[in-house]
Amino acid sequence: MKHDNSYTDQEFKVVGTRVNRPDGVDKVTGRAKFGADTFAPGQLVGLTLRSPHAHAKIKKIDTSRAEKLQGVKAVLTAEDLPDLTGDDSENFDILENCMARDRALYHGHAVAAVAAIDASTAKKALKLIKVTYEKLPHVTDVDKAMEPDAPIVQPRNLQDGKPSNISGRYEFGHGDIEAGLKDADVVVEKSFKTEQTHQGYIEPHACLASVSPDGTGELWVTTQGHFSFRNVCAALLGMDIAKLKVTPSEIGGGFGGKTHVWIEPVALALSRKANRPVKMVMSREEVFKASGPTCSTSMDVKIGAKKDGTITSAFIECRYMDGAFPGIWGMLGGMTAWACYDLKNVKSIGIDVLCNRPKVAAYRAPSAPMMAFGVESTMDMLAAELKMDPVKLRLHNAAKEGTQSSYGPVYGPIGIGPTLEAVRDHPHLRAKLKKNQGRGMACGFWFNIGGQTCTDLNIGVDGTVSLTVGTVDVGGSRASLSLIAAEELGVPYEHVRASIGDTASLGHNDTTEGSRGTFSSGMATIFAAREAVEVLKDRAAKMLEIPVESVEWDNGVAKAIGSEHGNLPTLTLKEIAAASPTTGGPIAGHHEVTADGAGVSFASHIVDVEVDPETGSTRVIRYTVVQDAGKAIHPTYVEGQFQGAAAQGIGWALNEEYIYGDDGCLQNPGFLDYRMPVCSDLPFIDTKILEIPNPNHPYGVRGVGETSIVPPLAAIGNAVSNAVGVRMNHVPMSPPRILKALDELAGM
Amino acid sequence: MQVSVSGPLRAAANGLETIDIQAETIRELLRKLIERYPKMERHMKEGIAVSLDGTIYRDARDIPIPPETEVFLLPRIQGG
Repeated sequence: MKHDNSYTDQEFKVVGTRVNRPDGVDKVTGRAKFGADTFAPGQLVGLTLRSPHAHAKIKKIDTSRAEKLQGVKAVLTAEDLPDLTGDDSENFDILENCMARDRALYHGHAVAAVAAIDASTAKKALKLIKVTYEKLPHVTDVDKAMEPDAPIVQPRNLQDGKPSNISGRYEFGHGDIEAGLKDADVVVEKSFKTEQTHQGYIEPHACLASVSPDGTGELWVTTQGHFSFRNVCAALLGMDIAKLKVTPSEIGGGFGGKTHVWIEPVALALSRKANRPVKMVMSREEVFKASGPTCSTSMDVKIGAKKDGTITSAFIECRYMDGAFPGIWGMLGGMTAWACYDLKNVKSIGIDVLCNRPKVAAYRAPSAPMMAFGVESTMDMLAAELKMDPVKLRLHNAAKEGTQSSYGPVYGPIGIGPTLEAVRDHPHLRAKLKKNQGRGMACGFWFNIGGQTCTDLNIGVDGTVSLTVGTVDVGGSRASLSLIAAEELGVPYEHVRASIGDTASLGHNDTTEGSRGTFSSGMATIFAAREAVEVLKDRAAKMLEIPVESVEWDNGVAKAIGSEHGNLPTLTLKEIAAASPTTGGPIAGHHEVTADGAGVSFASHIVDVEVDPETGSTRVIRYTVVQDAGKAIHPTYVEGQFQGAAAQGIGWALNEEYIYGDDGCLQNPGFLDYRMPVCSDLPFIDTKILEIPNPNHPYGVRGVGETSIVPPLAAIGNAVSNAVGVRMNHVPMSPPRILKALDELAGM
Repeated sequence: MQVSVSGPLRAAANGLETIDIQAETIRELLRKLIERYPKMERHMKEGIAVSLDGTIYRDARDIPIPPETEVFLLPRIQGG
């Protein structure tokens, strides 16, 4: 069932080194081509008309004046996107989200689109489209949406046969939490809230679509998963999958938000209608209003424990605001909530709730940071109640190999204990704090996933290596995968060039999500390289005129073995490649795999903050990330993932927030009013990589990209609470909320 | 062999936490579960995962299940 375990104590020659990334020069010199950076002859500009209302019936759309405007080549409404989804409700939701049908479900929901010869004409055309709305009651708050008389967002969503805003309820755990509470010496409980945030990728959604009259099409797009985009777009538009070629651009951030289609089916439909290529680029305002932010949440947590710190009962219920379409966010949260701990009696409930907000998308370890905020904050409250060190309390209850996880299975080798021990022993934990400063720590868990993967490796006649993978490079994976190919073949890293193949070049690859890129494409690269090595040995045998069984591969060189061949020369990869035209043609390796067996990952963070009691402003002054990475193929990029995740978590914890008015409209769809942290807001984020190998990967790789966004909300919440002397239970802990908490503490 | 069921799958299995069933591969296991609990078919189409001794398989169906393996049915996991 498992791969060989020779990963333990492997000695690597190039894996684990800190080489330059192959896409680095293009990115720093501006040559890299992102979603908006390509052009086609005769291309049109596509723009979208969006609902000004939070919830409204669309009574009529009159496009006649727009269609008559000179320079307009196509106008699109839902009538141009017939429902071809059959009984696939998920695809129907996507179709309805891309273009509203009978109702606009949130402020910013697309209701029509145009393609025109230039942006000016397209903007004029949008103004000429007359939409007759009938405003409907709306709801944007997760708790209000669950009230019995709440406006119904999706009448087709039923609970017990009746329309409901609750779209899913998921329960996980084992044991008897009530019995556990009876056994407890101490019980702590608290309610928490987190507000909706956006992934904040700097590159907006952008694509260039071209559909030919013969039914074939091409799509250039910024995406985390071009194969998935191809399949979904083809399904929505009634195209054959093989006739739609999708090419991924360089990506300027995704973090889960580019796992879904938004404008792409519309661009293809406009192109098909106009018979011209159509380019669409979202504005920042559109990205905020109408792409896929994460959920806001509301939750209740209760923990019971013995005086020695042993947790006897652990409970959480968390309500996830999914936007206008159902998701599985409550399910994911419910599975992750208590995963760090070894618990006898545990229950987590995740509830998905519909609201008149944009369709929620994945955001880096989706759903886990919110429940971690509730759980890890309550853990600190428990530690205070028990007068116990928070790290010691967590170590006392930490899951280990053989623990039954809170979501079910028994753990194999895991890293939560080692990350906590590293935190316990870290000098950061003993550094002195000054006035108005506070320190917090918290833990986090994420699964990581594998999935379908397909890789090609081709060796040129000069001995250099082209590696083609199908997982979009979101964080330096081309460097990591080149290191792996170089390791297997025994060639220098600089001799390998990795690129991302389009959908016509490779078999299906799942989307780069779930921290799977280096895990799964790494596995496929290893076996593709090993297949190429078999070909190299065969060619060397032909060149030496000996049986292939008499050839072995040793660090980039073919050697004849056996006493009768001892006087034969060795052959380098370069020499074998040069001779390939006369020994059988191109030398290549290929591998396709369903890369299951991803290793779960844990992180523990420490943070120091300073809170200004006059303004309520919080500054992060020191931050340390400890995470289990499995084998770190490229340590610099592993550290970069740790730091990036922590930085996003800092923004989420302290400032970022979707603010909706009473009219249900988003009030801050721009970076001036939606406050993301910039470099000057952040300290240097220190990192410590722990390498606890994943036994299901030949090199021991786990995923690394997501886990470290899980602890920051709680770690910072604990630090701020310690700094101000009052428990903070609402993220973001923005200045107004901190001042309010201080006022309440002072009895004002 | 005992199969543990969690999340929404449990409701489809008439609320059972564990199911006694014999299967040599994941594919055979899922087929037999649908035969016994037809409501599970919808969940399996939407996506599930199978944990064998703690290793989670989302897609592979031809993985053998040796005797004494701890088997858990889970909802399918996504990432960001």
